[in-house]
Amino acid sequence: MAFIEIKPEDVETFYRILQKEAKDGGYQLNTDAEFTKNLIAGLMKNEQRYGYRACPCRLASGKKEQDLDIICPCDYRDPDLNDYGACYCALYVSEEIATGSKTIAPVPERRPPRAERGNQAVKQAFSLTSSPVAALAFPVWRCKVCGYLCARDQPPDICPICKATKERFERFM
Amino acid sequence: MDIEHVSGKNKGTVMLYALSTCGWCAKTKELLRELGIEFDYTFVDLLEGKEQDDAMNTVERFNPSGSFPTLVINNKKGVVGFKEQEIREAFR
Repeated sequence: MAFIEIKPEDVETFYRILQKEAKDGGYQLNTDAEFTKNLIAGLMKNEQRYGYRACPCRLASGKKEQDLDIICPCDYRDPDLNDYGACYCALYVSEEIATGSKTIAPVPERRPPRAERGNQAVKQAFSLTSSPVAALAFPVWRCKVCGYLCARDQPPDICPICKATKERFERFM
Repeated sequence: MDIEHVSGKNKGTVMLYALSTCGWCAKTKELLRELGIEFDYTFVDLLEGKEQDDAMNTVERFNPSGSFPTLVINNKKGVVGFKEQEIREAFR
């Protein structure tokens, strides 16, 4: 595997951008700057070697369509922030953890194991056909990262709330 | 498989399955060094093809979710995640 060099000044720049984006969206980055910058360097390394920002604490397959759920911010960030005060890799933390009134603890893996991952699309298709909602003027799309809903022919290219890309949307109704 | 060896006190076979980009894996490795334990580690994300698959199968045997870090002690006990207390106790 080719050696990937991540420059500290690029990590610094990306760190500041992410910090601003997080704050603007009502999120918080981990306040342990060194730990956080290492995670960011990991995200940058993954972007270079896989072509997408896979979670640094999960093994990416190298196939984007199989790893959409773990592209940062991952599909599991918000439920993990609710339940544990941190996302799986701890790049994002809750207010309590950021201010030190609660300490960070390991977050159990919420992503289904390898053998069970193939079924995601099937489940979604099933719930759609059994949806009680009759003919809608527009389909409703849901951002799997932040839960944003919109009723329009196609999901937006970029989620206006969390900036996740179009392929992270699922048909909701 | 690329396995790195760290020498120290022999407490049995200690194998750490880690990712090169993961902060919790790094903390686990630091803790083992601090405890002065002899151990081996491998970065599963740097393995390719069959080697990576074999490593994943081993990880899943001790940790069905297949997550990292997974610490395997004496080929018997698996510690999943950076569980500082549990790791300290395992090597007391």
